[in-house]
Amino acid sequence: MMRWWLWIPLALFAGFAGLAAWQLTQPKNDFVVSAMIGNPLPSFDLRPATADRPGLSDAYFRDGRPKLLNVWASWCLPCIAEAPHLERLQRAGAEITGVAIRDRPEDVARFLNRYGNPYSRIGADDLSEVQLGIGSSGVPETFVIDGNGVIRYQHIGDIRAEHVPLLLEKLEEVGG
Amino acid sequence: MIAELGLAALWLAAALSVLQLVAGALGQRENSGELATLVRPAAVIQGVLAGISFVMLLCLFARTDLSVKLVAMNSHSDKPLVFKLAGAWGNHEGSMLLWVTVMALAGALIAAAEKRLPEKTMRATLAAQAFVGIGFYAFLLFASNPFERLPQPALEGLGLNPLLQDIGLAFHPPTLYFGYVGLSIAFSFAVGALLTRQVTPDFARAMRPWVLGAWIFLTLGITAGSYWAYYELGWGGWWFWDPVENASLMPWLAATALLHSASVLASRDALRAWTIMLGVVAFSMSMVGTFLVRSGILTSVHAFAVDPERGTFILALLVLYIGGALAVFGLRAGTVSEGQRFSLISREGALVFNNVMLSAILGVVLIGTLYPLLTEAFDVRVSVGPPYFNPVGAIFTLPMLAIMAVGPLLRWRQDRLERISKPAIAAAVAALAALVIVLLIGGVSVLPLLGLALAAGLAVASFMPLRGRKLTRVPTATWGMVIAHFGIAVALFGMASESAFSEERLAAVEIGGSAQVGKWNVALDAVDPVAGPNWTALQGRLFATYGDGSPIELGPQSRDFWSPVQQTTESALVTRWNGQLYAVLGNQNADGRWQLRLWWKPFVTFIWYGGMLIALGGLLALIGRLVGDIKRRRIRARGDVRRADEAELAAARPAAAS
Repeated sequence: MMRWWLWIPLALFAGFAGLAAWQLTQPKNDFVVSAMIGNPLPSFDLRPATADRPGLSDAYFRDGRPKLLNVWASWCLPCIAEAPHLERLQRAGAEITGVAIRDRPEDVARFLNRYGNPYSRIGADDLSEVQLGIGSSGVPETFVIDGNGVIRYQHIGDIRAEHVPLLLEKLEEVGG
Repeated sequence: MIAELGLAALWLAAALSVLQLVAGALGQRENSGELATLVRPAAVIQGVLAGISFVMLLCLFARTDLSVKLVAMNSHSDKPLVFKLAGAWGNHEGSMLLWVTVMALAGALIAAAEKRLPEKTMRATLAAQAFVGIGFYAFLLFASNPFERLPQPALEGLGLNPLLQDIGLAFHPPTLYFGYVGLSIAFSFAVGALLTRQVTPDFARAMRPWVLGAWIFLTLGITAGSYWAYYELGWGGWWFWDPVENASLMPWLAATALLHSASVLASRDALRAWTIMLGVVAFSMSMVGTFLVRSGILTSVHAFAVDPERGTFILALLVLYIGGALAVFGLRAGTVSEGQRFSLISREGALVFNNVMLSAILGVVLIGTLYPLLTEAFDVRVSVGPPYFNPVGAIFTLPMLAIMAVGPLLRWRQDRLERISKPAIAAAVAALAALVIVLLIGGVSVLPLLGLALAAGLAVASFMPLRGRKLTRVPTATWGMVIAHFGIAVALFGMASESAFSEERLAAVEIGGSAQVGKWNVALDAVDPVAGPNWTALQGRLFATYGDGSPIELGPQSRDFWSPVQQTTESALVTRWNGQLYAVLGNQNADGRWQLRLWWKPFVTFIWYGGMLIALGGLLALIGRLVGDIKRRRIRARGDVRRADEAELAAARPAAAS
């Protein structure tokens, strides 16, 4: 004897499976947008992280020119992978400032000697205060800051070859 | 070499599960001959091989073998050994291997020990289990090989998520896994019984210890997970209705219903189709939960191991297993007659009511969890939270708890309400008294108020089944029920008083200053830097005083890990019998004052004490059932010997006569 209600569970499950399958085919935009985007940089004034570059303060970002702010550390492995792409960005005309997270001056110097130094200024963020203040949760991360010191774009993770044009484009956008 | 050995064992185990399926399926035919006898040995050897494979993975993690991708991604040579080992299952691949291993070991145990069911049903059960296992083996071997080597050994591992470097959490996932896997066994039993149309009390008795075991682990897992979220995430709450939390709650609800309906089937031979249905649903909920968490189609505060490709694979498994089982259910359940009848007012009646309510709550949670998915189909993004779950869930929870208080007092098959009027009135008086007391305190909203009243009534009612009995002669399983039901009352009391009486204070305090919360005075003495094995932190030194008591020192930390970089909050707790003080150290303000977040949470610990009592009740019930089974088997064996003796005598007699 066939009883139709015995098929209800299967019908419900089929509905769920269909919905889930449809969801899986949807393009995902899981990019975590920092809550700080659109906000000005918090006020900070960091001592130099290394002897041959000046330190960094939020005031430096208000000179009308857009800049990249790269959060990194000498002990961070992806930062090594990122280094050549930062140099390419610098050669393409981007100004790159750095915030070194919990680093010693000699480690910073060794890293820059070995992997190149694309930074105009590097501040030492010993307590991760600036890092947390601008909504970054890991190294490396790169922010596009406009000429008024407002955070306009956040790139999470290391910069790879394909990200270079994108970051240049973002700089162009906020500069114009 | 170790990695290759582990992989080889995994392949062999997978091959044996194929053999188990084929032999079990062909063994359903009448004259299948020798092939059918292979099912049990195949299951045993499969269990051993899967065990070997998992031990190999543990070895790789213990040695921090950085030539293995999984180790390099999830471990670090600086980590304490216990977290290195926990790293083996603290990730997608490892946890899948653990899943398959536990499932295979459980299969081996059934194959070796379970003798109650007809051999044909047993074979169908083991075949169903192999069928489920094969999917997971395929998943591991083709899509997420835990033993994959790196082309170049890594210099150092990437570490384990620091949030997970916590002893409670290291053992939290395996606890839940044992629960999920136990339900997969119940699923196999249900499918096996359905295929051979042997839905009998014996089937319910064979399945019950697995459901009970799974349910105990799920209870412990949920309790521990909730306490972990409470003290580690630093936001002072203990339940968030997050998809990941719901993923463990849904199978628990289904397993709770299954447990009760299996009891009806075991002792009264009723609710056959319903029990089978719940057996399928309980495991489905484990798989749906796993799918939702792993596929990334829902976003969660706990989001981990998210990967749409894996999601596709798990969805395919879901369709195959759950779709398949529900199709078999549709075809066969009609041929499983419903068994004994009972009247509405009876133990069965109360259990059916409880089952319907539990299923409704399950529906509420499932709909709430899936609703964002549904609206996204229409391009509307919503998130469903406590404003939906709490009141809608309560609509079904409160009546269920009320019936739960009196259900155990009713007799099987048929009863009269007058017979239980005395204990029911006693429970109602307790509830009413609590209601009045809380109303006198005042300022409590409706749901916590009802919760407190019900908790009081339920606490009294849960001991009523012991009334008028000699306590030493009450069966262990009954003690289990009493304690589990009392545990629900305790947990409910904790939840309701936490939400009714909590006090919160966010203060900016200078060094030497203090803040008040409830009866507590909390003084900030100093903030010092401290260093651990792989983190640095700022630690506050607080002195907390309750009323006129002596000060208690507290050290909440704001902790920074460096591999990978992450900040965590280590809250500090003072536990008193009547509640907990919860302190979190925040950032420093520009003026030099420190942010302190303080909570006074009356009786919050009762939530987890209750959870532990529920699990303890389950454990007692399990012990009671297992001991009962062993006794029954011994008696049956003695009977068999007697029968065998008689047969021998009968056979010998004609010979003697001639």
